Order: sequence, then structure tokens, then C-alpha cells
Amino acid sequence: MPVRHGLFVEGPPPALVCGRCGTCAKVHFPRALLCPYCSADTVDEVHVRGPGTLWAFTAVTAPPPGYAGDVPYGFGVVELPEGVRVVARITESDPAALSLDESMELVVVALHTDELGRSVVTYAFAPGS
Amino acid sequence: MGVVEVAGVGMHPFGRHPDTSTTDMGVVAVRAALAEAEVGRGGFQAAFCGTAYGGVACGHKVLGALGMTGMPIVDVEAGCASGGAALQLAASAISSGQHDCVVVFGVEKMPRGIIRSSFFDPWQEEAGLAATPGYFALRAMRLMHTSGVTKDHLAAVVVKNRRHGAENPDAMFRSEVTAAEVLESRLVCEPLHLWMLCSPNEGAAAVVLRAGTGTGVRLASAVLRSHLPGSVLSESTPMSGLTDDAVVPPTTLAARDAFQESGLGPEDLDVVECQDTDAARELLSYEELGLCPAGGSAELLESGATTLGGRLPVNPSGGLLSKGEPLGASALGQVVELVRQLRDECGSRQVPGARTALSHTVGRGANAGVVVLQR
Ligand SMILES: [Zn+2]
Repeated sequence: MPVRHGLFVEGPPPALVCGRCGTCAKVHFPRALLCPYCSADTVDEVHVRGPGTLWAFTAVTAPPPGYAGDVPYGFGVVELPEGVRVVARITESDPAALSLDESMELVVVALHTDELGRSVVTYAFAPGS
Repeated sequence: MGVVEVAGVGMHPFGRHPDTSTTDMGVVAVRAALAEAEVGRGGFQAAFCGTAYGGVACGHKVLGALGMTGMPIVDVEAGCASGGAALQLAASAISSGQHDCVVVFGVEKMPRGIIRSSFFDPWQEEAGLAATPGYFALRAMRLMHTSGVTKDHLAAVVVKNRRHGAENPDAMFRSEVTAAEVLESRLVCEPLHLWMLCSPNEGAAAVVLRAGTGTGVRLASAVLRSHLPGSVLSESTPMSGLTDDAVVPPTTLAARDAFQESGLGPEDLDVVECQDTDAARELLSYEELGLCPAGGSAELLESGATTLGGRLPVNPSGGLLSKGEPLGASALGQVVELVRQLRDECGSRQVPGARTALSHTVGRGANAGVVVLQR
């Protein structure tokens, strides 16, 4: 099950559920009711699939509050052709194996198994092939 | 606008104080500031308390313990800039003529380790996206990519601030460190090692403001600004941003306002206390405050200008890297340090002849606070 409904579609292919403003045309994620850039209420849902390029990256080595998955895990920002940069997990947890501007594919990854035995999944980016 | 004077300052040392309550730390700081100002019961007409984790009516508990209530007491939360926000309200109350004398203080008792913040939604925590040092690391990486900053510069910031902090009795870490030791400390999030990150801790700081006569230390400006949308690595911690890099950060917005209000500029400053939540944040603050041109922070650091003895010492108190960061108290801790610098009371860490000082905090919200002091 998704870590939160309405963030992404699992596909295949997966996509991020973004909002595109009908007034200023800027794209935001997660999709909001109002445009965060011009306050307009003319937001359309758009599905953004990538690929994107890696804009910043690191690895998280200690579990942050409320996180039950494995460490270390990759963490970064990916720039998408729609003009939006998205904060995301990165499937590569060794920063030395990543480089700026490399192509990144949107994927869905497992985070942990919840108390009912269901696999909780989220969006992430993986280095392109 | 009336002149706002700093009549007194007080501190409870920053550190870990398991046997002292938040309220008791606040009492220590407020009593000290009131004593310096020679203000007693009934001598102030309002109080403003900055805290993020202090809970309901934190300021009321402090003033209640002092037996000094009845006036308006306002608790203010603005993340790392909570104390700056409280100071801004307090200064406005004086400059507008509403009050003659007010008390402003900040108190905090933080748990160890990565700060858990109600700012994040549960799904962000569950997905590992509430990784506060991770965001600092991404910001550090972009700074390194867009300027000449290297990991050696990040270590050099720590060495500088810990050297300063060794001279500060109110700091938590009072030992010098070498660059090699900093780079050998545990890697938290590449490129940031443990000693490049400030430690959340405990403490209190207080300032008494009054309508002034122009003598003593004057509060020339106290500004609080929030972020404009668009920067993905903004302290507002959005999940997305624009590919447009022209968004002005809240620190720059606050600094511009503070310089305009005070009629001063970066070239007039003698001493600065700035947000060094992590070593890269200090260097980024040099740029955002206008202490150096964009991309010039490594050069400014290398020149020695920001070290004690240099042209513009930054964080002579040792900064948050030496003092730790009790959120609600950190901004006022900077102000206490700068007031003491301007009064020539800082002994071995004194900036000789300091007349004009700036303090800066920025954090979750986003909130950025800039204070300009003069004597
Ligand atoms: Zn819009």
C-alpha cells in the first residue's frame, strides 16, 4: 500500500501526481488545491513520469524520527522536465556511486511491512540504465 | 519611531541540564536580565517568550515562578528564529510607544539527536523524508557545487567556531578541535560529519528592552521574514520547488529590511553571530546576508576575516557549533553575546572596539530573523 494516497500512481509505469496551475502554468508536488506560486484555484492534476536528472544527493545513515526502514538510504532532489524539482529517496545509498546531472528513473520501492503485514511503498528515483 | 535600548541581558548556559526544568532555566535568565536593567516587579508592561518545545504557556510558567504576572505574556513559536520573532514583537511594542519597558526571553529543553518535528506529516516520517540533516547535506552539496567551498572549508568553520567557543563560559563544547578530527568524526550525511552539525540542547536567554535615550546599546532593527515559494531546499522544507534559482531566500529578505531600517550595510558591521546549524549554513549565511558576493564565502573564510582578530569576526561566541542549539533560546543567545561584545565585556573573545553588530537565525517555517545592534 502507498505511504500516502494521492502522491503517486504505481503503474507501470509509475508517475508522480502533481498539480499544474491553469493560471501561471507552474507545476508543484504533491498536488495541492491552490497553486502555491500564485494562489489560483485552477489547479489541474498532471502525472509526471520522468526521467529526470539528479540535482542534489546524499545518504541518510541513521534512522530519522518515525522511520522504520533500512539505513543507509539515498536522499536527494531530482529535476524533472516539467520545470519542477522533487525531494525523493534515491535507490543508491552510496553517494560515491552517484553524480550530478545523471539520468534518474521514477520507481516505486518498499519501505517496510506494517502491523497488518502489508508492504508499504513509496516513490523514489533510481539511476537510469 | 522611538529609540529602543537594551537595558539588560541574561543567560542560563547552553548545555545539558537534566536536573533543571525549562521554567527554572528561564527564571535564571530573566532574573539576570532584570537585575542588569535594574527593573523589578511592575517595572515592565509586557513579556514575550520564544520557545518551540516548551509547551503550553511556557512564558507564563517562567514569570509565574518569578512572581511577576498580570501583564500580557505572549508565547512565540517560529522554529530556530523563535527568539528573534519574540524580540521583533518586543521591539515594536517599544518603538511604537505602546510600552516603556518589556522583557523578552527564550527557553528550550531539546531531546538529543535528530529533532522530531510536528512540522512533518506522518507519511514524510514513514518515507524517511523527515531527515533534517539530510536537507542540510543537500544544501551543503549545492553550495559546494556553485562555489569554491570544499569539505576542508566545512571543517575550517568548525575549527574556527570551536576555537571561539573555548573562550565562552556559556558554551557547551569548550575544547578546540582540529580539521582532521572534524573530518574523522562520524559521517552523518555526506558531506556533513557529526562535528559539522550543532547539537540540539537546553538553555535560556533574556533581554530587557526599554524606550531609550540613545545611550548604551541600541536595537537598531529587529526583522522577521518568512520564505517566498519556489526554492526546493528552502527552510520551509517543501517536497518540490521550481527549477528557477532566482528565488530570494528569507535570510536575504530579512537582512535587506534590517539594513534599510537601520540605515546601515554589511560594510558597517564589526561583529556577526549567524546561524551555524551546520558548517555549510554559516558559509551560506555569509552570502545571503551580503557579507561576501555570491560564491565568495570560501574566500571570505580563508582570508581569516571571520575569525577573532579578523576584519569581521563571525560567531565569536563559538556559534551553535560550540553552544548547541536550544531552539527558542538560540536567537536571543546571539543577542546576549553581541550586547556583551558592544559593551566590551567579552574578555579573551572580545572583538576590539565593536560598535555595530548583526545577529541572524533561520530555520523551519521558513523563518529568518536579523537583528542589528549599535552603541
Ligand atoms: Zn499559479
